Amino acid sequence: MTPLSGYLIVAALLFSIGLAGALTRRNAILVLIGIELMLNAANLNLIAFWRYGPHPEALTGMMFAIFSIAVAAAEAAVGLGLVISIHRHAHTTDLDRMNRMKG
Amino acid sequence: MSIAFYLIAALTVAGGLAAVLLKNTVHCALALTVAFAGLALFFLQLDAQFAGFAQILVYIGAVAILVVFAILLTRGSETPKDGVFSKNWFVGLVIAAGVFAVLGWAVLQSGHVLPHETAVPVVTVLQIGNALMGRYVLPLEIVALLLTAAMIGAVIVALHEKESAK
Amino acid sequence: MAHILWLVPALPIVAAGVIALLKQPRRKTAAALAIGSLSLSLLLSLAAFVPVVLTWAYGRGIRSTTNFTWFQVGAAHVDLGWVLDPLSAIMLVMVSFVGLLIFIYSTGYMAGDENFTRFFCFMSLFAGAMLGVVIANSLLLLFMCWELVGLTSYLLIGFWYQKPSASAAAKKAFITTRVGDIFFLLGMVWLFSQTGTLLLYNNGTGSLEAGALAGLLAQPAALGLSAAGAIGLLIFAGAAGKSGQFPLHVWLPDAMEGPTPVSALIHAATMVAAGVYLVARVYPLMQAGALSGGTTTALTVVTWAGASTAVFAALIAVAQNDIKRILAYSTISQLGYMMAGLGMGGIAVGIFHLITHAFFKALLFLGAGSVIHGCHGEQDVRRMGGLKVDMPLTFITYSIGMLALCGFPLLFSGFWSKDGILEAARHWSIARTPFYMLLFGALLTAFYMTRQICYVFFGYWRGGKPAHESPAVMTLPLVILALFAMGLGVIGTPAWPWFQAFLDGRALVFNLHVFTRPALILLMGASTIVVFLGLGLGWRLYGGQAPRPEEPDVLERALPAPWGWLRDKLYVDELYAVTVIAFYGWWARVADWLDRRVWGGAVAVVAWAFGLWAQLNRFLDNSVVDGSFDKGCEELGVGGGLLARAQNGRVQTYLRILALGVIALVVVLIWSSRI
Repeated sequence: MTPLSGYLIVAALLFSIGLAGALTRRNAILVLIGIELMLNAANLNLIAFWRYGPHPEALTGMMFAIFSIAVAAAEAAVGLGLVISIHRHAHTTDLDRMNRMKG
Repeated sequence: MSIAFYLIAALTVAGGLAAVLLKNTVHCALALTVAFAGLALFFLQLDAQFAGFAQILVYIGAVAILVVFAILLTRGSETPKDGVFSKNWFVGLVIAAGVFAVLGWAVLQSGHVLPHETAVPVVTVLQIGNALMGRYVLPLEIVALLLTAAMIGAVIVALHEKESAK
Repeated sequence: MAHILWLVPALPIVAAGVIALLKQPRRKTAAALAIGSLSLSLLLSLAAFVPVVLTWAYGRGIRSTTNFTWFQVGAAHVDLGWVLDPLSAIMLVMVSFVGLLIFIYSTGYMAGDENFTRFFCFMSLFAGAMLGVVIANSLLLLFMCWELVGLTSYLLIGFWYQKPSASAAAKKAFITTRVGDIFFLLGMVWLFSQTGTLLLYNNGTGSLEAGALAGLLAQPAALGLSAAGAIGLLIFAGAAGKSGQFPLHVWLPDAMEGPTPVSALIHAATMVAAGVYLVARVYPLMQAGALSGGTTTALTVVTWAGASTAVFAALIAVAQNDIKRILAYSTISQLGYMMAGLGMGGIAVGIFHLITHAFFKALLFLGAGSVIHGCHGEQDVRRMGGLKVDMPLTFITYSIGMLALCGFPLLFSGFWSKDGILEAARHWSIARTPFYMLLFGALLTAFYMTRQICYVFFGYWRGGKPAHESPAVMTLPLVILALFAMGLGVIGTPAWPWFQAFLDGRALVFNLHVFTRPALILLMGASTIVVFLGLGLGWRLYGGQAPRPEEPDVLERALPAPWGWLRDKLYVDELYAVTVIAFYGWWARVADWLDRRVWGGAVAVVAWAFGLWAQLNRFLDNSVVDGSFDKGCEELGVGGGLLARAQNGRVQTYLRILALGVIALVVVLIWSSRI
């Protein structure tokens, strides 16, 4: 197993854990936490490929990861703001109870 | 694979597991911080120093704090009677396991085409700055716009809530 | 002239049509139309008659025909046409003249009746139809006019249809003549099938001309007859119905229910003569195959039928008490004479008696009508009497008619015409019996006519209100007819047989020496003795008598049983009632049962089956079609509900589906790149 594979496996594991959390937890904030974990796993993938891939001097992987971090931060801010406003409206963050959009 | 790798990996994975499994939401946020820290260590080990420090600054310094704030602001409806996991949690678990299976299988299958050792890249902040202003100036501006919009949006959301709360 | 001959019947028929459209109060218009059209027909008939006489006088016989095709069916074609020859010319003149006189008489007789216009419409129609019968050259045209004559007879007999006896009499007349008409039709069809044409004369190809007759003679029919004889007998059966020969005579006495002018025109002078005329028309057919001097089976049958009818009817007339019934039976008897004359002596003999009979019988009927009118509707002779004082003109003209009918020698036309028949009977090759029968009939005729005159005009008045003479419009035709009743004999005497020569197309010789032949003298003497015997007997028995209705007749006292049979018309009607009519009633009941039970039942079953089918369809429509459709819509709703469960509004569900989709996509991508 190459070092790269090791990093990739870890990233995959983190991604799955994050996905499992997003899919199974009731609290909306914990879903966002899972999403953050998933994003971080993707970042790890990017950096690992940058490091072990051809032409690391092009800085592509690094840039991608940095931008990803920035966007993830913005998204976390907005998402959490929404969760807070929903909490103010419905006095709960239980996703099982938020089904007013059902068809 | 060095010992450091396995140790950092264990830390990160433990942090991640804790983040999704713990009952107390604040504990989850703190475990998330630990996971972030582990990832920063990974970046450093991968000779992406700037990314590692950016990770520490942004994720641990801002996002984690944000999450904790959000948790604190939405208390009152904590620990529901039916447990912290949703009704069909097993399905979600299976799906996540399926995703891990596919990804893991893809990685292991392509093990023979992946490189073993490459030269250590030397990346200076100067290079990163040049790249940002040069090649990646457009994404930079867009991300700036995005951050501005997000900030304004968050403010508006908070403001609206204040008015309707009257 | 021959080309416009069709106008003669057409004018009265058109007049009838116009009168039919008139309203009831327009009496004068109706009478004027009828009389005017018939006068025109008379003028045209005279105009046609003159050239026929002239060409005969110059030795060239005339028979001009005008034929045309009515329609064609494949190769066969049906022709109509009319003929102008001595027979039709003389009949035209007679029918239109007598008809005109009776029309004029009717304006007076029917003046009190409210259906005046309808009367003239029917009479005009009848006149037109009868004229059509006379000129027809095609058996089909003849049959059509024949039927029309029968129809108008029905309409006129039942003119006072509110009287049940009148409408019953009309039906009886129509049905009885129908029985004869069926045989006529059969004969017609047979003739058409054998000869291929219904035209009588058609330049050598007609059915009465030599070629066709030869063919018919060669064809054998049943009972030793040839086709010609058989067809002739069938046609005679039709004539027997219309002319009241025994046994189809039963309708004539009942037909007296109609108004008297009707009885005069239709049942004395013209319609009943149509049968005799028909036999004369198809005489070549009936005579076909006769060896010179001999006769055919058909003619023999005609003779016997005529002779027996003559005696039969005369016997019944003796015991009748209704003034018109006596005359009706007298008519039947005289028709028998005519038929016998045709059978034994040829066309001229029979037709001469027909012509003279038309005049004096019309005179007698019109006189009877005048009597009935004067006696305020009374018709029973036992309630009349002494009218020679109250109605002198009627008495004189009636007596002239009566003497003509009896055959009073020399002065009256009836004598000459009857003698012609008696002479033919005497020389008949088959048997002498008809001669004696006819002599006996003459005796009876004189007897019952004397009885009638004595009851009506002599003795004393036994009725209710006193009688009065009829108006001039009624007595003037009587006078004219009386003149003819006396004078017509001139054209048929043996010394100057103009009539016979005219009809037979022979040359005419005026020969007084014929009276010196002992045979003729003997014959004239015999008939004179018979007439006087009858007159004398009648006068002796009834001359001084004037019995009231309650008292029995003289003869009745003497011979009560035979009198009863004669008065009851020898039970012919009763025989029919028991046999034919009873059978018909039974048959009608069977048919009714069949119709209601069997066919009606079948229809009901079909209707029920349809109802069942309709029910089944309704059930299918409701439960199967509607039901399945409703079910389908329901299931659609259920399916939609099921599908909508995918949208449960929960974010994590959506996320899960997304993740599943990603896995699937990745798998597919890897797999496809591997393959």
